[in-house]
Amino acid sequence: MNKKALAGLFIASSLALAGFVQAQDVTELRLTWYNDGNEGEVLRSLLDTFEANNPDIRVVVDTLPYADLHTTLQAQVEAGDAPDLARINDVARFAGNYLPLNDIVADADYYTTNFPEAVLASLRTADDTTGIYGFPLQFSVTVPFINRTLWDQAGIEPLGPDATWPEWVAASEEVAAATGTPYAFAIDRTGHRFWGFSLVQGADYINEEGGFTIDTPGFRAAAQELIDYNAAGLIPADVWAGSGGGYVAATEYFINGQVPLYYAGTWQIGNFTNNISAFDWELIPNPAGEAQSTGIPGGSLLVSFASTEHPAEVARLVDYLSSTEVVREFSERTLFLPGHLGLIEEGIDYPSSAEALSVALTEIPKISEEAYALQYSPFTFVLNPEIRDRLSQVIVGEISLDEAIVLIQERIDQAVAEAAAAA
Amino acid sequence: MTTSAPPAPRTAAHSPRGISGFLTRLQGGNRFTPSDTLTYLYLIGGTLVMSVPVLWLVMSSFKPLSDLYSDEQTFLPYRTQTIAVAGYERPLDLYEVTFEDGTAQTLAEVSRVGIVARMIDPAAPETIIEVNINQRAALREIYFAFDNYTGAITQFPFLTYLGNSVVVTVGATMLTLICNSMAAFGLSKYRFRGRNALFLVMLSTLLVPVSVILIPAFLVVSQLNLTNTLLGLIIPGAATPTGVFLLRQYMLTIPDELLDAARVDGASEWRIFWQIILPLARPALAVLTIFSFMWRWNDFLWPLIVTSRTELFTLPVGLNAFQGDLTTQWNFILAMTVLTMLPITVVFALLQRFITSGIATTGIK
Amino acid sequence: MTDFSTVSESTFEERSFWDRLGAFIISVLVLPLALLDGLLSRLQARIGIQRMGYWFILPNLLIFGTFILLPMLLNFYYGFTGGTSILPQNRTWVGTENLSALLTCEDYTRPLTCTEDLFWRGAANTVRFVVIEVTAIILLSLVTAVALNRRIRARGFFRSVFFYPVLLSPVVVALIWKWILQPQGVLNSLLADGRPIPFLTNADWAMFWVIVVHVWAQMGFYTLILLAGLQAIPKDLYEAASMDGANEWSRFWHITLPLLRPTMLVVLVLTLIRSVQVFDLAFVFTGGGPGTATQFLVQFIFQSAFDDRRFGIAAGASLLLAGTLLVFTIIQLRVNRSSLDNGEG
Repeated sequence: MNKKALAGLFIASSLALAGFVQAQDVTELRLTWYNDGNEGEVLRSLLDTFEANNPDIRVVVDTLPYADLHTTLQAQVEAGDAPDLARINDVARFAGNYLPLNDIVADADYYTTNFPEAVLASLRTADDTTGIYGFPLQFSVTVPFINRTLWDQAGIEPLGPDATWPEWVAASEEVAAATGTPYAFAIDRTGHRFWGFSLVQGADYINEEGGFTIDTPGFRAAAQELIDYNAAGLIPADVWAGSGGGYVAATEYFINGQVPLYYAGTWQIGNFTNNISAFDWELIPNPAGEAQSTGIPGGSLLVSFASTEHPAEVARLVDYLSSTEVVREFSERTLFLPGHLGLIEEGIDYPSSAEALSVALTEIPKISEEAYALQYSPFTFVLNPEIRDRLSQVIVGEISLDEAIVLIQERIDQAVAEAAAAA
Repeated sequence: MTTSAPPAPRTAAHSPRGISGFLTRLQGGNRFTPSDTLTYLYLIGGTLVMSVPVLWLVMSSFKPLSDLYSDEQTFLPYRTQTIAVAGYERPLDLYEVTFEDGTAQTLAEVSRVGIVARMIDPAAPETIIEVNINQRAALREIYFAFDNYTGAITQFPFLTYLGNSVVVTVGATMLTLICNSMAAFGLSKYRFRGRNALFLVMLSTLLVPVSVILIPAFLVVSQLNLTNTLLGLIIPGAATPTGVFLLRQYMLTIPDELLDAARVDGASEWRIFWQIILPLARPALAVLTIFSFMWRWNDFLWPLIVTSRTELFTLPVGLNAFQGDLTTQWNFILAMTVLTMLPITVVFALLQRFITSGIATTGIK
Repeated sequence: MTDFSTVSESTFEERSFWDRLGAFIISVLVLPLALLDGLLSRLQARIGIQRMGYWFILPNLLIFGTFILLPMLLNFYYGFTGGTSILPQNRTWVGTENLSALLTCEDYTRPLTCTEDLFWRGAANTVRFVVIEVTAIILLSLVTAVALNRRIRARGFFRSVFFYPVLLSPVVVALIWKWILQPQGVLNSLLADGRPIPFLTNADWAMFWVIVVHVWAQMGFYTLILLAGLQAIPKDLYEAASMDGANEWSRFWHITLPLLRPTMLVVLVLTLIRSVQVFDLAFVFTGGGPGTATQFLVQFIFQSAFDDRRFGIAAGASLLLAGTLLVFTIIQLRVNRSSLDNGEG
């Protein structure tokens, strides 16, 4: 095992070195990437197949830490040093710098029929309605998970599809009390999860003029619940109150069996499958509420930049990676959901956690317009951290909810105005 | 002082003991006094505070991921003893269970949730026994898991990153030493127009935090076509104002008479620099060496922005790639952190004498 | 009972080895430089000895000007422009808009009424941090230096142990302490019974630990500087004072402290500049939390630029920070002008 590892190491390094003396007739494409789990390995093996069938193209994957991915890319894009392709989240940031794929991919209609319009549109500039600039490599939707074994031990039946968030948390509190579990509920520290938590409770962020309204009864109700849960110690303190500055996941609490109910998302399925053996866990449909039951979409996109010197080769690679078969294999091996509408409808034979993944797939068609609009708005990366940080301040008692609402509103208004002024 | 044998210093018997004695005692007699005790207590206590956290990190890097998050933290890495039982795919963890009647038994755990564990007796694996987790303790043995190290190393081209880190660190350190010592010499031993102004401008840039100018500095580097080159990592940080300041302050203490004597002997200014000044500035150069080594070896944001290609990544950049959007692979990060600490530690151990005595002579005059 | 000769002997022996190693490194470094001698002698003949200073500062100046000064000027320009682009030509001139946005408050006693409330929170936290951290570092490194200056066994060992954390990258330091202080961390399992102590979830605790960790990571450096200062104090002064009947406390008070003043000034200026710029360690350690309790000015600057792409606001804030630092440094140096003059050789 160790020898193998060492040999692999040498091969990998010598391959990287060999890149300097690569023969001229092979086109090298650079793909900037980040990893949450094993998707880097899966991608590499898919790319190996691609390279075997396309000996004139070599794809080098550059893996960056997520936290600095977008800033680094922005610096490179503006300086004209962008990679050929990249896996990214904050797509609005680079609108106008993407490579138009319509005329160079094999079949442009394949993209428009198989990938969600909201996702494709998020890559376009304001007046563009038809451009194709990339595709969702993997898709996700926020969903709650339960520790089924804890619920069984407590003798409490998990609630039905009509139950609301407060009802779920109240039931989970009973489970925690009955089983000696320290916390009742966990929700990641991010505006993205809070959108899901508040949308089903009637929050409504995007107003008729295309701007944002924060102060709605639904927003207040959801925020107050989050504040109360923290004050009562139902939520692990160090998730929302523990640190500032960024995203904090509550994953460990769920994996260690310390919480019966956890609001996260479908990207956790692979993680839970590999790391939870002491209990049974289940993915449950998003709770209902005042508004319809919906999760928030997410996931990353594969895009290419207009500065590439090899558009034809990029198009061939994008065609390959977006093909039904490759998306299927990528999804199967990473336990991610596909962003491919045909596959979502048809279903995928996942090798493990098939039940959770099939529930997850049914959550995708339920995603509301508003949820898509929020996630794929050009201001999603302004609103998300602002809500997260301001609510944290309320939770630790620095400011009141009323003050937070005013501050969030001011920030988003300012961002919208700045964008309007720049256009 | 012209006096011969000074009278015996007033002994501590007449002066307040404890703190004050501790504070001023320079030359100890041969007796072990209370203030000595206090000194040693302080130093040993300080040693613990300074070193235990680092050792803790080293030990943690040998722990499996599950232990990093477990409720009971230990200093040494442990693993739970396991036993293979027919009918179960993986080995089961062993626990010492104390029953309510006071009897104890070694049982293997099948599963656990909340407060109830389902356990079996390895000798009679058919019967499931439900046990409250408060009644049991895991049977543990000390075990250094190198999986974190091998796992992390095989996940990225470790040797490439290591090579880049070495090239950048050594190259940049040498460049820094040459440029800074030349500038320090120029600023300390010559009188020319604009000298003081230049020195002040240099020093005043210390007032702006480096993280602020990363983006504009990247623009400059990209205009010079230095992005995605190792030179782009080596050159920009070489002209450290701190280094110039340290060396200049040290060179000021070298008497001008030495230079004049050499000039009388016909030495050129350049020769004076490398044959007289550099050897004399050795302690200060050693200090700058370790600092430059440390800055470059640990540097993360600059290489990340300047290079976007795997074959040019340095260790800190590669290390941080374990931090994803939604999950972080902590066990790998810990192991790689310990590995990247090693070279610094070795360089420090080698240069330790120079550094401690070198800082002693630089910061001051 | 105590014989120290062994210590100094081994020191001497190893010194010579290290001397040779050092000499070797230097000779490797300067070999190519020696080849330049002919050329430079001719240059010297032309411009004269004193102007050779220009040649010596040239390489450093080129790199400094290109990669430090020029970016700082660009940053200065950012401070007076708006937009989300990093290319100067794509940015629009807004004059002092950024600065006034940063400085505008309805009520200066309440940060929340400021346009950029997080800037003011960061400033307030930074002031709190600087006052306590600088005091703590100076006191602790003084005590440690005094202890290390006594005749003790294994002085080299203790010196190294106290210095070692200085070498660790801020990220590593933050990581180490995060593990120690987390709810299920070692300190809690030692101290807490049942409910963990909210080391990083309570605002005051978090600030306390941020300060402790910074002192832990940095005091070794200042200890060594102070130690050098102590060693430079002539020993006969103490002997004379003893003869005059001064006790140990008064010798410390009347000899050590006054003579250590120039060194203390160096330490004060250095710690002050560094602590005002507190960022990377704290950012990895607490992320500024809980809430904004440990969010400092440079984190505000960094996040405004990197996360929010408000490069103008970030640059403006960095100008205000540098300006404030400059004023403080000048005041310090003015006040202590006499003690710094000996640095001018």
